[in-house]
Amino acid sequence: MTRSSRSVVRPVVTVALLSAGMLSACRRRPEPAPAPAPAPATPTVDSTAIRDSLERLRQQREAELARQRAYDDSVRRANEAASSSAEQTAIRNTITAVIHFDFDRSDLRDDARATLDAKVPLLLANPDVNLRVAGHTDERGSSEYNIALGQRRAASAKRYLTERGVPEGRIETVSFGEERPVANGSDESAWAQNRRDEFEISSGGARLTRPRS
Amino acid sequence: MPRLSIPTMRSSFHAAALAALLLAGVASAQDTTRRGVTIGLSYDPASRPGVVVLPVAGALGDSVRAIFQRDLDYSDRFTIVPIDASNPSTFRGTTPGAELNYPLFARLGAAAVVQLTVSGGSLHVALHDVAKAGVANVEDFALPAPPLSRDWRRAIHGAADEMERWVTGQKGIAQSRIAFVDGPRLRVIDSDGAEDAVTTIGGQALSPAWNSAGTMLAYSTFGSASRIVVYDLRTNRSRVLRNATPTNTNLTPIFASDGASIVYAHADDNGSDLFMIGIDDNMPARRISVGRGTDNVQPTFSPDGRRLAFTSGRSGHPEVYIMDADGTNAELLTSFDFGDRNYRSDPDWSPDGRLIAFQSQFADGRFQIMTISLRDRSTKLLTSEGSNEQPSWAPDGRHLAFASTRSGVRQLWVLDSESGRLRQLTRLPGANLPAWSPRLGTSATTNAAARP
Repeated sequence: MTRSSRSVVRPVVTVALLSAGMLSACRRRPEPAPAPAPAPATPTVDSTAIRDSLERLRQQREAELARQRAYDDSVRRANEAASSSAEQTAIRNTITAVIHFDFDRSDLRDDARATLDAKVPLLLANPDVNLRVAGHTDERGSSEYNIALGQRRAASAKRYLTERGVPEGRIETVSFGEERPVANGSDESAWAQNRRDEFEISSGGARLTRPRS
Repeated sequence: MPRLSIPTMRSSFHAAALAALLLAGVASAQDTTRRGVTIGLSYDPASRPGVVVLPVAGALGDSVRAIFQRDLDYSDRFTIVPIDASNPSTFRGTTPGAELNYPLFARLGAAAVVQLTVSGGSLHVALHDVAKAGVANVEDFALPAPPLSRDWRRAIHGAADEMERWVTGQKGIAQSRIAFVDGPRLRVIDSDGAEDAVTTIGGQALSPAWNSAGTMLAYSTFGSASRIVVYDLRTNRSRVLRNATPTNTNLTPIFASDGASIVYAHADDNGSDLFMIGIDDNMPARRISVGRGTDNVQPTFSPDGRRLAFTSGRSGHPEVYIMDADGTNAELLTSFDFGDRNYRSDPDWSPDGRLIAFQSQFADGRFQIMTISLRDRSTKLLTSEGSNEQPSWAPDGRHLAFASTRSGVRQLWVLDSESGRLRQLTRLPGANLPAWSPRLGTSATTNAAARP
């Protein structure tokens, strides 16, 4: 900048800062009122010094405001992230919730239907999500026949979802028969836990959303 | 020990005559007047000729004797006569030139004495007829090195099996192996339970099945990417059958008798059906059973390849059915009469075609092994202790391997369906889904990977 333009800029900048200072002072009421602007006076020996110290005050206040804004922003971002991650987890949990079956049966119980009902809108709202349904049985009966029964249980859940609009191509069905129990033991409590379909997001689902209602 | 110069007897007539004479020896050791007894028809499976296996000289002698004698014992066709092996005078003749103390053996109840000699790379087997007081037959069997290896043991099993044929007319089954599932892996052990190295084939594998040459195993994998896989024991290599319906779940494969195709079950969103696929895997699989949404699994061929037995849920609960190999003429074989609960499954067709073994559930929820005759549909209950499942016939159509909880943990056991004798085959944390191989010739398959 040339010396001449600089001398023009400085007072312009000063006025701008003054205005900004006054405006920001108006917005943030609790703050102590800034020192009253000096009367537009003819320059005296003291006014330059006063102007400089006011300038410094103003800059300090700006910095403080900027720090406050930055802090508020980071708090807000953290809150958003937390609620988003909690939200993601909640959606994922609903999609992967397990359903259980009665002994030797592959038809859906009422509680299983309710669990599947909750999955449907989430699957429709997240078309990138592909699902793998894995059927399991308890340890009783023929190991090999139980592979077929597990497959039948997975197919049963898939049919329920596809009948409610989830495209077939997004759901894969597999069976583990009795080979992957979640509960060890030879009693009804263990057996009941093992007679199940598990649901796994096989692809997609990096950013799950809820349906816009 | 000099070889006795008795001419070998090769014809089955002579072998049967020998059998009759040995029987005569058991019945009445001093009766020397029985001659020319008609044979062939008269080997009584319920009789078990007494056999002595003499101690074997040399560093490997004890091992050879133990393996050979155990094979005869496990055949359930002989009674092993114990002798005091540490005192040779108890079984050697005292007069010069008298090799064996035949009268002593006769008094002990032995009809036959087996004399084994290991020299060079061969096992010399001499079978003595106690009643005739002389050698009835001799043969040499090649013994591959190294000693105590699986091939070495297999050769001894082959010798014992052949000796059995001299006496009973039927070759033994010692030279066979049993594949099974242990946790997630497939394993193969010898029929006497021995294994030197674990032949681990695949993970997440189920349902091993042998081809009739004993050179390959088919098995299935479960979970995602469920496949039918063929494993070659000669090369230790596996091959996935990619044309076997690559979606959903494939299970329970078996070989057709010509080894050129495999029948397996495919389960998808509409129940499960049986399919056939060529082993060269260059054509799509062909559906055989028409289950119409029901489950149809666990095929087993009749020995002539013309029919299949399988498990079907088409009546509402699992039962065993049979049908023609092209899928026609399906009929129910088992019914609720054979147990108190509606569950019968895991059929295995016997090698002689007469019987189908299966498991049937009873009121307390336990399963038992049963057989049903194809001729008159009569049934027989073979087990009662613990829960017993997954029968697999030995090549003699008489012994069965199966999984049992009778010892507390599920293990494999072997049952002689004629005498009821049982022996425990595995001692593992758990074993499942046994498949008994056909008789394996000495000249066949060596598993390169398992050589120590």
